[in-house]
Amino acid sequence: MIRMENEAIKFGKNLVSTKEFLAEGHNFCSGCGEALAIRLCCKALGDNTIIAMATGCDEVCTTPLPVTSWRLPWLHTLFENAAAEISGAEAGLKIMMQKGKVPKRDINYVAMAGDGGTSDIGLQALSGAIERGHDFLYICWDNEAYMNTGIQRSSATPYGASTTTAPAGKVSIGQKTQKKNMVEICAAHGIPYAAAACPSYPFDLLNKVKKGAEVKGPAYVHVLSPCPTGWRFPSNLTIQIGRLAVETGVFPLYEVENGHYKLNVDRPKLRPVEEYLRPQGRFRHLSDAEIGKIQDKVNEEYAKLKARVAAFSAA
Amino acid sequence: MAEKKLKTAEEVTWKDMEGGNVITEPGNASLRRTGDWRTERPTVDRGACNKCGLCWLYCPDGAMKALEDGYYEPDLYHCKGCGICSQVCARKAITMIDEEEL
Amino acid sequence: MSKRVVLEASHAVAEAVKMANVDVVAAYPITPQTHIPERLAEMVANGELEAAYIPVESEHSAMSTCLGAASVGSRAFTTTAGQGLELMHEAVYIASSMRYPIVMVVCNRALSAPISVWADHSDVMAVRDTGWIQVFCQNNQEAFDMTLWAFRVGEDPKVLIPVMVNLDGFTLSHVTEPLFLPEQSEVDRFLPPFKYQLALHPDKPTTHGAFGMPEIYTEVKVGQEVALRKSKGAILQGWKEFGDIFGRYYSPVEPYRAKGAKTLLLTMGSLGETAKMVIDEKRDKGEAVGLINLRLWRPFPFEEFRQAVKDADVVIVFDRCISFGGPGGPVCSEVRSALYDQEKKPNVIGFVGALGGRDMTAKDFEYVIDRGIDVAKTGTPELFETVGVRGKVSGIRG
Repeated sequence: MIRMENEAIKFGKNLVSTKEFLAEGHNFCSGCGEALAIRLCCKALGDNTIIAMATGCDEVCTTPLPVTSWRLPWLHTLFENAAAEISGAEAGLKIMMQKGKVPKRDINYVAMAGDGGTSDIGLQALSGAIERGHDFLYICWDNEAYMNTGIQRSSATPYGASTTTAPAGKVSIGQKTQKKNMVEICAAHGIPYAAAACPSYPFDLLNKVKKGAEVKGPAYVHVLSPCPTGWRFPSNLTIQIGRLAVETGVFPLYEVENGHYKLNVDRPKLRPVEEYLRPQGRFRHLSDAEIGKIQDKVNEEYAKLKARVAAFSAA
Repeated sequence: MAEKKLKTAEEVTWKDMEGGNVITEPGNASLRRTGDWRTERPTVDRGACNKCGLCWLYCPDGAMKALEDGYYEPDLYHCKGCGICSQVCARKAITMIDEEEL
Repeated sequence: MSKRVVLEASHAVAEAVKMANVDVVAAYPITPQTHIPERLAEMVANGELEAAYIPVESEHSAMSTCLGAASVGSRAFTTTAGQGLELMHEAVYIASSMRYPIVMVVCNRALSAPISVWADHSDVMAVRDTGWIQVFCQNNQEAFDMTLWAFRVGEDPKVLIPVMVNLDGFTLSHVTEPLFLPEQSEVDRFLPPFKYQLALHPDKPTTHGAFGMPEIYTEVKVGQEVALRKSKGAILQGWKEFGDIFGRYYSPVEPYRAKGAKTLLLTMGSLGETAKMVIDEKRDKGEAVGLINLRLWRPFPFEEFRQAVKDADVVIVFDRCISFGGPGGPVCSEVRSALYDQEKKPNVIGFVGALGGRDMTAKDFEYVIDRGIDVAKTGTPELFETVGVRGKVSGIRG
């Protein structure tokens, strides 16, 4: 249940709360896409929320003892267990309400983790929590590497990107594998709602977080979080880079609602991926041929997605 | 800005931490002056500004304050000078100025 | 009015969890603990216990789910053994440093490799320093009693420390014995509802689990250590209240026929009951021997322990695990350390045995005591002797 805020700023027909649940004074890098995404998502969630977070940029930058940036109840314990933590919080509060130990109340139970804490070390706990059907929303902040510990590769790092543990070198292109598709993995669990979003499209992001929180049962939102530090671009280009990721088809924005696919942003002709890759230092080493390969793969995956949309769209 | 005294990590004694490491004051990080980070600061040309609010929307630090009159102004105590506001402003009403020049 | 029943120890534990009106059970099955979550699942399915039974997908998630449940102020329980305890190892530290009063029953099981499902103490010794309150049980009654008591002590607002209750795998967990079950009204008198003042809730936003820079980490850890030491008061108080209501009194160190004993055998867990048979035989023959049952392992009961052994010449310590390359069996080395500064200290002789579920009979304990007395006279360069090992062993030196 999302409460409507009285104080909000209107953008067309979109109302965005002016309440800041992520207090300024945090330690995120200047221009951080994840910080922006968190700030916006919390506005969509409102104060009736409990957050269980995994270790990562999101946790380290917001809670250096003895201060916290959180104006919401917030829990962090380990790296791989955000989904398990929220399972316990959700089950604990719900059973206490059932037994009359605490007043009944609809609360948003939200787990948050980075790409490492989701698609690598956190995959087991996420899969378990979805399978058990807990009523929670899981948001993944995807900056495509283990950024907080110094830009090491994860299974969300895209093909051809240079990271510190899969660096581009004389005999290596950098990341040799394709990015794991978490939205599809969650959809394969039969999850009621899964979506891909990006803070460069803030109203789409807010909408998806609201929907995910309102869904009964598990929901998953995967948020591309452009990282000036790790992707190596100037801090003022965060929003542009995120837009290019979507406009080139590298990171399509879509939703899977009970198995029905919907593409939220589409263009008659996608921009060439080169426009997205070239401004980022992590792709600087790529030759034209290698970029061509990436373009082919993007075309292939985008076509597959459009086929799924056509085959499984809502009736 | 910081009328409240913030106990830094070095001032905390073990007795302060007795209840486990739970922080009971929400958002007390706002007392930290992250404005010290920046090398450039945004300046708003009100003549060009149409109060669209995109600078406020896109600030990762929540450091663009919405004023009563509908305009927006950077919160220099917290602004890290990333320049996103300047980039997203459709009216080019925000310019980044080097701190050294001021 | 309590009633006498006959139950397997695992089921006795489940009864205690039910009577404690637990809110969340999050457990992953592992031999020899499985009868506990199975019985609890059955209770929940039949409406005997109103709790959220969460069939987590690993032990790491079992403890993590309990952390989430405790953070919102619900009463959480988990149980595991051996490898499961190891898998949740990092989460075990979190429970104590976050000051969440989770109760965990461990059916002590040997650690791999080689894989063994049978009893020894290597799993619990690996979590010695995790900051939990830790106790050991000898029989089914104690399994029930300690589980119930654990909620009471851990949840005390002056304590807020998780509690680990240890039962030997199979040799206690799967043993069926008579025991007394109390009335629910008596339990309700003993165990008040859990009221966690710092619980996560939208009405009072708190931050749990912040990041600790070097400037502050020490202070948090010292605070934790002081709290664990101070919890001794609540531990003793809890046992006193338990005795007052249920009629059975427990203490950190329990001497058995130790009055005037020149030789004492120290054990932890169910083997103590086997050893007591030998003590009885020897006492009947006029030998001045006694047993010390070490019930409270953490916080180590220095005062009570030194008091219990002050008149003995020899203390024989029986360990159920090897601390590889270290100063001897874990319990033995702690005993030696506890006595180091004493003016008058007994000779401490170490034995290791019953590893990986190997049977330890009364005859074996007779050997241990006799041999221990001998070794005290002649001395030995070996840190400990492994009971029943085939093939001569030497070179385990301190």
